Amino acid sequence: MKEVVVLSGKGGTGKTSIVACFAVLARSKVLVDSDVDAADLYLLLQPEVKEENEFWSGQVAFIDEEKCTECGLCQELCRFEAIQDYTVDPISCEGCGFCYQVCPVNAVTMHSCMAGHWFTSDTRYGTLVHARLGIAEENSGKLVTLVRNKARLIAEKGDLHHIITDGPPGIGCPAIASLSGANLALLVTEPTLSGIHDLERVVSLCRHFGVLPMVCINKYDINEENTHRIENYCYSEGIEIGGKILFDNIITEALAKGLPVVQYSNSKVTQQIEELWQAISTELDKQDK
Amino acid sequence: MVISVASGKGGTGKTLVATSWALALSSNAKVQLLDCDVEEPNAHIFLHLQVDQSQPVSIAVPKVDETKCTYCGKCAEVCVYNAIAVVQTKVLIFAQLCHGCGACSYLCPESAITEESREIGVLERGHCGNVELIQGKLTIGEPMAPPIIREVKKHVDPTRTVIIDVPPGTSCPVVEAVKGTDFCLLVTEPTPFGLNDLSLAVEVVQKLQIPCGVIINRVGVGDDRVERYCVEEKIPVLLKIPLDREIAILYSKGIPLIEGMPQWRDAFLTLLQDIEQIVSASQVVK
Repeated sequence: MKEVVVLSGKGGTGKTSIVACFAVLARSKVLVDSDVDAADLYLLLQPEVKEENEFWSGQVAFIDEEKCTECGLCQELCRFEAIQDYTVDPISCEGCGFCYQVCPVNAVTMHSCMAGHWFTSDTRYGTLVHARLGIAEENSGKLVTLVRNKARLIAEKGDLHHIITDGPPGIGCPAIASLSGANLALLVTEPTLSGIHDLERVVSLCRHFGVLPMVCINKYDINEENTHRIENYCYSEGIEIGGKILFDNIITEALAKGLPVVQYSNSKVTQQIEELWQAISTELDKQDK
Repeated sequence: MVISVASGKGGTGKTLVATSWALALSSNAKVQLLDCDVEEPNAHIFLHLQVDQSQPVSIAVPKVDETKCTYCGKCAEVCVYNAIAVVQTKVLIFAQLCHGCGACSYLCPESAITEESREIGVLERGHCGNVELIQGKLTIGEPMAPPIIREVKKHVDPTRTVIIDVPPGTSCPVVEAVKGTDFCLLVTEPTPFGLNDLSLAVEVVQKLQIPCGVIINRVGVGDDRVERYCVEEKIPVLLKIPLDREIAILYSKGIPLIEGMPQWRDAFLTLLQDIEQIVSASQVVK
């Protein structure tokens, strides 16, 4: 069983639209949406939730004003500026418990937070493990690890060949949690200067964590000069370009209908995404040997 | 006035709006643009930033003096992030898990723990005409963006118009960037993904009790569900930018919209006036 995680650095390059197509094209797989704070894959896969779990993570401090003597020690020590006028701002509180430890009159208590939900669902294309982080919550990395572990169990149990993970943008905590231990990272970029800049950072992230990168250039005809720059960059870095996809509004049209584009049309982009999946599965098979 | 530009979904045009807006406003006044998308900062590409000043951003992590340490385990007990473990006569520190709260050093009964700073990124300042750009950049492999965002926001100059470019998503980095701003401008696109993530972003700003308005980018693609949502939720749509290949090409080359298409300048100037009105009205209500 091999896992491919789809990342991009820059947001909005087409990760989710492409993963939804892989859901159609891959035969034996489990799907994961690890963009837990803005999860969109479900919109294209229309899951039927089979199992719902609460995600409890982290704590938040609470000051009992009846006990508080307003000594101000907690306020002075809190590094997150979460305590003002002897009350805790739950949004700024990082749950470190320092105030709870030091309060001379035990006026501070720590409360566990329900930071979201995660789900195992059936879709037309196979099982999807996904999550919804509570609004403005922390610990997205932990939730990512949780859904990925669940997917791994399902894949092992069902003897499935692939785990396909739709990752978050960026290079921080949830991206790292999505990437570590995967067999391949498909990096979806676009031929814009921002796209190139962000691609270089996410390639470095792959190197840092020892995950093989492969690149897909989406909307490559928007700026062919930049597309050549990306090709040259990948060549010099020894990174395979798994595919290039045309800029075509048909992808958005399909999205508005709630369908992966490969199920919506037989256009050129459909063929290009099929070839991309072929390149990925060939690379993953190679790793088996 | 401090205005954050957020979206929920990535790639909807936050940086396109933030950079052109800052440039448009800078013809009349000094403007600050803070790039708080510290994982992937891009505003500098459009402003051709000349960095005048660069400084490391660090967080405090514990350092144990083993000559004083009695391996009592108090530090590991108080660390909720599991960044310290005491194994017989060894103290292990997992610096990347440390949030720098300072509990371990303060509570160590032997005063054996001091703090040393660990660099997790940089802060860079520079100018592009009347726009002062301050950006944070997270070091590759580091997980925690919020301390860098906090550092960037310390440079807010409240006497000026300040525009904050927010990272995508709805979790802690977004909250850190949006928190304390006077208004949040949400840039979206008329697709199901745009709508889904917009509604999540609206929940974030409502939780933070910050007034908001919407810019719909790439109008012409997708459907009208975003507009219907804004009407239902009584969120003003302040600007629409059409789906236009020319805009996409300018963006791809790193050319600010108002440089390539100066006819957009007025729209961005009006945008600030509209927001000022909304903010003063909401203050009256408060």
